[in-house]
Amino acid sequence: MVAKLPPVYKDIEPLLRTERFPTIWCPACGIGLLLKTFAKAIVESGIPPEKHVVVSGIGCTGRIAGYLRVDSYHVTHGRAIPFAIGIKLAKPELEVSVISGDGDICSIGGNHFIHAARRNHDINVIVVNNFIYGMTGGQMGATTPKGARTMTSPYGNIEEPFNIPLLAYAAGASFVARWTVFHDKQLLEAILKAFEIKGFSVIEVLSPCAIYADRNNMDMLQLIRILRTNTRVKHDASLEELRIEPGKPIILGNFVERRDRPSFEELIYGIIKKCKRG
Amino acid sequence: MGGLLKPGVYFMEGNEACAEAALLAGCRFYAGYPITPSSEVMHHMARRMPEVGGIFIQAEDEIASIMAALGASAAGLKAMTATSGPGLSLMQESIGLAAMLELPVVIVDIQRAGPSTGIPTLMGQGDIMQSKWGSHGDYELVAYLPSNPQELFDMTIEAFNTAEEYRIPVIVLADKIIGQMYGRIRVPDPSELKLVERKRPTIPPEKFMEYLPFDSRELVPPFAAAGEGYRLHMTGLMHDERGYPNLSKEASWRLVTRLVRKIRENAKKIAQWDEIALDDAKYVLVAFGSVTGSAKYALRAARSKGIKIGLFRPKTAWPFPGWRIEELDKSGEIEKFIVIEVNMGQMYHVIREYVKNAEVIHIPYAPGYLPEPSFILENIEKLCTR
Repeated sequence: MVAKLPPVYKDIEPLLRTERFPTIWCPACGIGLLLKTFAKAIVESGIPPEKHVVVSGIGCTGRIAGYLRVDSYHVTHGRAIPFAIGIKLAKPELEVSVISGDGDICSIGGNHFIHAARRNHDINVIVVNNFIYGMTGGQMGATTPKGARTMTSPYGNIEEPFNIPLLAYAAGASFVARWTVFHDKQLLEAILKAFEIKGFSVIEVLSPCAIYADRNNMDMLQLIRILRTNTRVKHDASLEELRIEPGKPIILGNFVERRDRPSFEELIYGIIKKCKRG
Repeated sequence: MGGLLKPGVYFMEGNEACAEAALLAGCRFYAGYPITPSSEVMHHMARRMPEVGGIFIQAEDEIASIMAALGASAAGLKAMTATSGPGLSLMQESIGLAAMLELPVVIVDIQRAGPSTGIPTLMGQGDIMQSKWGSHGDYELVAYLPSNPQELFDMTIEAFNTAEEYRIPVIVLADKIIGQMYGRIRVPDPSELKLVERKRPTIPPEKFMEYLPFDSRELVPPFAAAGEGYRLHMTGLMHDERGYPNLSKEASWRLVTRLVRKIRENAKKIAQWDEIALDDAKYVLVAFGSVTGSAKYALRAARSKGIKIGLFRPKTAWPFPGWRIEELDKSGEIEKFIVIEVNMGQMYHVIREYVKNAEVIHIPYAPGYLPEPSFILENIEKLCTR
């Protein structure tokens, strides 16, 4: 059955697999907002939908590929980035984006993430950070704030979370940004920037998770309010400042934009050209 | 060198021959991670792939290697990786994904001695079972068993054809001796070279809503690549014909039975084996891979001593030509099957599955070491009467 969307979504409707609606996401989950913003970015990119590819791994965010009416691949846990690289190398004319969760990209897929950044592959990686493993029942992860309670940190998380923008920058990413699902205009601009940049782009997107709220005895609205309002936009923030700590304002912005490094794809096709001539 | 290898006779290392065969088969994407004793495949690909306009990438690990190969395959390229036992273990989850998404890919496994790190520089035959049963759930794939560099060359080309025809992962199970042995390689004339390309949709991309990437009306559904306008979805979840997640009993049954039927229904077409002197044999020696040479030598010596023994050599581990073993067993002429292999009983297990009457005897051998002809002959003489 094809769900009919309100007229306001007319422009993005052809980009959504509406026959699969409603989505699997919990009420008040933020991933749906990203789905909307990403579809909008496809429209505004001016790149035809058939030239967009989305690859996702496993988890709540991993399901996003299945709702986008572009060539979309829902692969194994943590492995979306290498799969996306294979597509991009084979067909560099395609706009290849990875959209997956913090657990998928920064924990199980962490090695692929840093190496893809180091090699500066021309793909866009959108990491949805909801601070927890939601789909599997609320375990702590590599981005869970210190002290947070989860099923596997019942006495409070003792681990230091990854600072994703700092990690991405240190590994060599060409574009690094952080927004929340509620900052849709800024997020849209960041996604368009990621499409445009010839190199590895990382956008951390903070998203409220009902499971996180529940495991931390929070009201979901309280969590949403923190992500909507307890934030500061600071594009020139030092990357060390971006550590997320409960109670402290969360810094958002487009932090890194490097255009001095050619992408892996440009370099490898340069070699091919040279070898074929020689 | 530039371009593809010209027809003719070459003196080449097995691993290099494997890489050249892949290029001739149309492989234009290689991703790999260094591992002894397969690294020469990668070295050769690093130099040669750009010369034929293909992509070479050294990945951060074996998982990224096969996943990048699968991504390239999803984009329509013939793709490959090469590794050894430990790397194949790491690739297992992705092999299941390749089976589930029906993405053709070739994995060359230059086996070494295991378990674990084992003896990286010595041969092994310990990946027979992991090549078939390594990933979770039910699926079928094809695994070739070359016995010398020429066969490694020929079977690599065949592996690409089989992967394309059935949209499956295909493994070439060579070993250190075959991979690092120099040998005579005959490169066939292009007219002799039959290359298979995956079946493409007949529906034009404009009608993408009608295209079913997992159409169960066909055993092997037509494949559309990323970027061709079909706006398809693929998922490792149980899925319906559109590629959408579907957890129903019907969808589960329809998909998984088709994944195994692709190979089971074509097993007789795919499976290969060699027979020597089985016409009047009372005993069947079973050997494969680099042990074949020793086995043949021992066989000739045993025959000259009047022992009625023949050789059965599987050239595909999977699908295994079990029906031929059953025929031999049912003939009533065979007293014993003697399985010699460099492991603790992997092919032995398979042979036992098909033999109901004769005795099946296993001769294990220390991982890393090639059984000498004299060792095989001694065992034959002990087990067989004139």
